[in-house]
Amino acid sequence: MILAWLLIIPLLGGLLAWPADRIAPMLPRAISLATLLLELALILPLVHGSGTAILSTPSPIQSGHWLATFDARWIPTFGIGIRLDLDGLSWLLIVLTILIGLFAVIVSWREIDHGTGFFHANLLWSLAGSIGVFLALDLFLFFFFWEVMLVPMYFIIAIWGHEHRRRAAIKFFLFTQGSGLLMLLSILALAFRHQQQTGVLTFDYVALLASQPTGRLGMLIMLGFFIAFLVKLPSFPVHSWLPDTHTQAPTAGSVILASILLKTAGYGLMRFAVPLFVTVAHHIAPLAMALGTISIFYGAILAYGQSDLKKLVAYSSIGHMGFVLIGIYSFNAIAWQGAVILMIAHGVSTGALFITVGSIQHRLHTRDLTRMGGLWTDLPRLSSFGTFFVIASMGLPGLANFVGEFLILRGVYAASPAIAVLAAIGLIPAALYSLIAIQRAFHGGASAARHTHDLSARETALMLALGTAVIWLGVDPQPVLKIAAPSIAALLPITHAAAIPATRRGT
Amino acid sequence: MNHLLWLVPASPLLGAVILGLCGTMLPARATALIGTASVGIAALIAILIGLHWYAAAPPSHIFIQHLWTWLTLPGLTVDIGLYLDPVSLLMMLVITIIGTLIHLFSTAYMAGEDGYSRYFAYLNLFVAAMLLLILASDLLVLFVGWEGVGVCSYLLVGFWFQDAANGYAARKSFIVTRIADIAMLAGILLLAVKLGTLAIQPMLARATELWPHGGTWPTLAAGLLLIGGLGKSAQFPFQTWLPDAMAGPTPVSALIHAATMVTAGVYLVVRLHVLYLLAPDVLLTISIGAGITILLAALAALVQSDIKRVLAYSTISQIGYMFLALGVGAWSAAMFHFLTHAVFKALLFLSAGAIAMRLDHEQDIFKMGGLRTSLPLAFWSFLIGAASLAAVPIVSAGSFSKEMILGAVWFAPGIGPGLWAAGLLGALITATYSFRVVFLVFFGPTHTPVTGRSGAPIAVPLVLLAAGSLLIGWLETPSFLGGDRLVMTLLHPVLGSPASRSALTILIEAAGFIVPLLGIAIAYTLYRSGHWQRAAAAQPGALRRLLRSGFGFDALYEILLVRPFMALVGALRHDPVDHVVTLISATTLQLHQTLRRSQIGQLRRYAAWLMAGSIATIALLVFA
Repeated sequence: MILAWLLIIPLLGGLLAWPADRIAPMLPRAISLATLLLELALILPLVHGSGTAILSTPSPIQSGHWLATFDARWIPTFGIGIRLDLDGLSWLLIVLTILIGLFAVIVSWREIDHGTGFFHANLLWSLAGSIGVFLALDLFLFFFFWEVMLVPMYFIIAIWGHEHRRRAAIKFFLFTQGSGLLMLLSILALAFRHQQQTGVLTFDYVALLASQPTGRLGMLIMLGFFIAFLVKLPSFPVHSWLPDTHTQAPTAGSVILASILLKTAGYGLMRFAVPLFVTVAHHIAPLAMALGTISIFYGAILAYGQSDLKKLVAYSSIGHMGFVLIGIYSFNAIAWQGAVILMIAHGVSTGALFITVGSIQHRLHTRDLTRMGGLWTDLPRLSSFGTFFVIASMGLPGLANFVGEFLILRGVYAASPAIAVLAAIGLIPAALYSLIAIQRAFHGGASAARHTHDLSARETALMLALGTAVIWLGVDPQPVLKIAAPSIAALLPITHAAAIPATRRGT
Repeated sequence: MNHLLWLVPASPLLGAVILGLCGTMLPARATALIGTASVGIAALIAILIGLHWYAAAPPSHIFIQHLWTWLTLPGLTVDIGLYLDPVSLLMMLVITIIGTLIHLFSTAYMAGEDGYSRYFAYLNLFVAAMLLLILASDLLVLFVGWEGVGVCSYLLVGFWFQDAANGYAARKSFIVTRIADIAMLAGILLLAVKLGTLAIQPMLARATELWPHGGTWPTLAAGLLLIGGLGKSAQFPFQTWLPDAMAGPTPVSALIHAATMVTAGVYLVVRLHVLYLLAPDVLLTISIGAGITILLAALAALVQSDIKRVLAYSTISQIGYMFLALGVGAWSAAMFHFLTHAVFKALLFLSAGAIAMRLDHEQDIFKMGGLRTSLPLAFWSFLIGAASLAAVPIVSAGSFSKEMILGAVWFAPGIGPGLWAAGLLGALITATYSFRVVFLVFFGPTHTPVTGRSGAPIAVPLVLLAAGSLLIGWLETPSFLGGDRLVMTLLHPVLGSPASRSALTILIEAAGFIVPLLGIAIAYTLYRSGHWQRAAAAQPGALRRLLRSGFGFDALYEILLVRPFMALVGALRHDPVDHVVTLISATTLQLHQTLRRSQIGQLRRYAAWLMAGSIATIALLVFA
């Protein structure tokens, strides 16, 4: 039941926050904070106790490595249920979601000054959608939450965005909606095929795991999932919604988008696109690896060319997610661990970078790098945090991103040394755009004196929290690895078991 | 005593954290105190550990302090632990002691600068990262320190960030070394996958067990790691970043770009020498590359007019000597030269800094002159340093270590004599360019007036380092000078004894002694005849321009790497993939416009279309 509460609370919180700004403008913020803190209090205890026990025996997915489950009927006629399950992987991503949600509320404290009620309602609903995505193990339910997460995001961009917000919001909506429809088709096809074979219509994940469609049909169904997640990740060549959306979204929107919504794609690949289609997923692996590698370079090279700082960070995300993609399609446990760490690390460090850009924009009213320069003179605190997060996102060993990148490279190397070396070479352009961003934003001489204030206590505390997280993940990632291990062990052995025997294909 | 080891890197790290978080709120005096004391404490502990070691070395001369497990997964476990053996002990002592002196020097050198606390935070962080690099028991943790020192170097080279040129130099230093580091990372991945562990000692043991001498894997792994080392140590073909890195404050150049960080490549090879012994081809490459580096850098140093650039090229060249020793397997000779070089090069840089402080930050040697009388302390320290660099026999530390390297190289089978000749030629040029600077800066007429005065924070490091440069060579002397073997004895348990030198003819040793004196004589002759001064004033010829630019490597890399990258950036800047998307939406819009035009609300037009359609359908049905 606790998992249902995890969803109900933010949905209700949103409903409460919506009208609350008529009473007091601060009230929606307070409601949002209270909601998210309550969520945190609910989810944090779930990992303890069982956490160490499950580590020793990596069990197959059916026989309960779950931390908590919830099962209720929804539309029994169509075999659709409200099936929520929490394992280590979802726990990590949900905690990330809630924490980033808290940060998003805090960064909107000054930035969002109109329609605060509706804004916070959308924010909470979008978070609820993401939490649902990470919990749902009924495919129809999963699709439902996938949509729930997008629509509020559309409003956040379209209403509180910057100058070209309408265009960006529509682009965002079309890309994700279009690919979402593909996924819906695939979900339906998968369920109907399962019905044909077994006579039972169900959208239950565990039941469908046994289905394992192969051949051309299997490939087509899998592609529906694959493309949807690729768009969301995003990967070259379906990435072009991301830079526009990020640039136009308000800071909180960018943060949620980068830190949470992109992660649903990585999660989807790991939970659905690979385990449901083990054989065909292996067939598509070379393509996925190639796309991931191209993304790493494409993202980095385009990031270097941007003069809009927010766009630069957005393109850098594409590169980071390229690492996640090659990690997942190496089908190696170490690489999967790396992908999980990198998703969390990217959530924190890139989220912090978007907050930095937001703080700069709030003060200078521009994101244009050509109009920055010399910020360190006027805003030393902001600039030092900015530099720190840029260096973290560049993959400095000892900080969070490096752990993810190294584990991915280590895992990919075992599968394909050539891809691993290519991806590692991609770290060179990453350093190039990182350093040029530092140079153009923070270093250099200030063209004119800017009379603006440095980070406030609230902002400093926020940055310190994010910085601590980056360092902590970087020097002691073991707790995270430990929590993720049973999930990965459960998701991957199926892959190996089914990839090898040809008998399964015959049946 | 040894259990305090963790404090050695922790103390400067703590200093960096304190200064980084609340440095701006502290008065300058407190900043200087925290910055210097945090490294000073580390040095104190290091010395205590060293004394303890001397009195009673731990069994098998190894002390391991496990701190915590970084990550452990099936097939990969990385422990954060410190590994102290004679090699890392020697490195630790050099880094902390010279680090303390340079911090002390900095308190005066950087006084009154904006970002005083930022400077000390970076410098403390650098010392911590460097100590992690040399003490790490795991190759991946070593890599953490390796990249950490790189970032600190980047931040410190670009310390005066208002000037875009400094930013460029900082980026260049980071990017060039990062390119090399990627090769190193690939090597680490290879070792991790093939040997299943990155813990250095077990890894080396497994390598000797599994891999044949001269096999593909050890050659590849050693080669890839070597590339990383060459990048960090500014060796051919990665040497281009170091001269530009002189844009940073001079104490930074002394600590990072002379005494410690740039020798990390040497340390890496020594640390993994078991692996390199399995890869004779790589060792051969090291020797040949070192020969090239020594000569290229020494020739370039001969024509520089910026005192710091002379010293930068001399650093490249001197580290070349260390690599020369590594190439022939003379590990301890390389370590000994690292020791003497750290002392005398820090001394040279600090002296240059002390001069620049009093000359309104003038660094052009042709605008100095006659400083012998006005800056006696700087003169004597620079002279002692230059004597060591030139390897003036008996009185200088440099001569003992260089002599040891050249002796070892001569006896290397095959190309030994050739390498020895290159080393000897390098020594000749080294003596010439070092004393070219001495004569031009300290003798002759004064060009720039001296202002201000220097206090104890300047004088103390200079005096101590000068004493070191004079005396430290006596730790290790040739047989006819007593045959002390302190450094060799210390390093013996790890690196073994150096090759027997019994057959060393007196001629080889004599050549090593005479050549530096010859070089100084050449420098003096050319100085007396006014050749240096005329050459500097005249329009430089093609050869001179080539030498001055360090053999045009920058231009080469500009064409080969920078321009293609920038062209790619320019071509892709507006995201061609997005254009396809825009094209789709534009096409849709166009279609929409076209079709909308057909909907004009005229009933007659609709009726006509309806009719035409019907006729076409009937025609199809009838005739098809």
